[in-house]
Amino acid sequence: MFEEILVRHPFFHQLNPDQLREIALHCEQLNYETGEYIFKEGKKADRFFLVLHGQVALEIHDPGRGPLIIQTLCDEDLMGWSWLFSPNRWHFDARAVKPTRLLAIEGSWLHEQIEADPKLGYLFMSRVAQIMFDRLQATRLQLMDIYSKEPAQPMRGRKL
Amino acid sequence: MSAEVVVNVPVQARLLEKRRESPDTFTLTLESPPSISGGKFFFAPGQFNMLGVPGLGEVPISISGDPANPKKLVHTVRAVGNITEAITATHPGACLTVRGPFGAGWPVDQTRTGSKEIIVVAGGVGLPPLRPAIYHFLANPALYPVVTLLYGARNPLDLVFKRELEQWTKRSRMRVEITVDRAGSSGWLGRVGVVTNLIGQVKFNPDRVTALVCGPEIMLRYTLMELEKRGVGPANIYVSMERNMQCGTRFCGHCQWGPYFICKDGPVFRYDHIKDWFSLQEI
Repeated sequence: MFEEILVRHPFFHQLNPDQLREIALHCEQLNYETGEYIFKEGKKADRFFLVLHGQVALEIHDPGRGPLIIQTLCDEDLMGWSWLFSPNRWHFDARAVKPTRLLAIEGSWLHEQIEADPKLGYLFMSRVAQIMFDRLQATRLQLMDIYSKEPAQPMRGRKL
Repeated sequence: MSAEVVVNVPVQARLLEKRRESPDTFTLTLESPPSISGGKFFFAPGQFNMLGVPGLGEVPISISGDPANPKKLVHTVRAVGNITEAITATHPGACLTVRGPFGAGWPVDQTRTGSKEIIVVAGGVGLPPLRPAIYHFLANPALYPVVTLLYGARNPLDLVFKRELEQWTKRSRMRVEITVDRAGSSGWLGRVGVVTNLIGQVKFNPDRVTALVCGPEIMLRYTLMELEKRGVGPANIYVSMERNMQCGTRFCGHCQWGPYFICKDGPVFRYDHIKDWFSLQEI
């Protein structure tokens, strides 16, 4: 069943059937109710998630203001790459804001596979880089505050 | 439908109703001036009027009402300068001046024979100029069977037409996806992220879709990139441009943009017609 999900997801295109079968063996499906935390900032990051259904908010907690939502992720989005990079701790909280179904892939196992197989490693990292690139562009757009009356212009007034 | 255009001499229109949409944006419902086509102000979705305050001046404001209801003239105005602040401070019963309607609107006639899917992408106060087109699409299901609205705003408070968005989401056949750039600690449970993220999350056939896009110019650029990435051809994308428009009749030249005058040739353009000019900073 997990194999079918992986085959349909664009992130796993070009992986061969053996690789998909192997990854599927290290997957599990998780269900969360509205308000439940999937992971918390600072805790060990050991999983890679596909959002199958629902909506997840990535949040940071501010003592004065409570949880601040940075971004939401929904159907078919990928979530969590902190398991790939030292110190392997989550940087944000992830909370289900609707009933949510996730596919979780075992991070340490996946890490071993992509290190052992450079071709798979390249494919995997280039896909992760594409997602990071898209999210970086989106974050830049958010930072520009384009809908405000006076959009943020960090270089305004500077003579170059 | 015969449309009478008030080109050079403004006429007075009485303000019937003022509704606050967000902290600085209001929807103003004016009585169609009785002197125009017997009190019926016909317009095409996407056209704008020069709306003014006597003695102060006038500004171009897109018409945000229903083209099927020409007896009421509806504009949604964000208070960003002296004139728009004066317009939004006007009380019901008082009069504003109107000239128009001006410009080329959304391609509601061209899309009839072509695409079967419509995707509307709006950012901030880019939704009001698109609302007349949305009304038209929803009123003609046989011609426009699949309609999707993707709407992004700065924060939940700045969303315009909140009540209508809820109605469209719950009770219309249009798919509506809304996102905000910043949720803060507002208790917002919807999506957070830029409107361009939504384009990757909806399914459509790039060969059958027509996209209508309106919002701040930076948002337009990123949206166009995203639509092209999804395989939508430039001839199937329409954008509404904004420049300093004064006369509305291409005489004054304030809004000249390459070979075009936004007030007359636009504000809505087919993207393949303006693609070469779109990223030029010098014009």
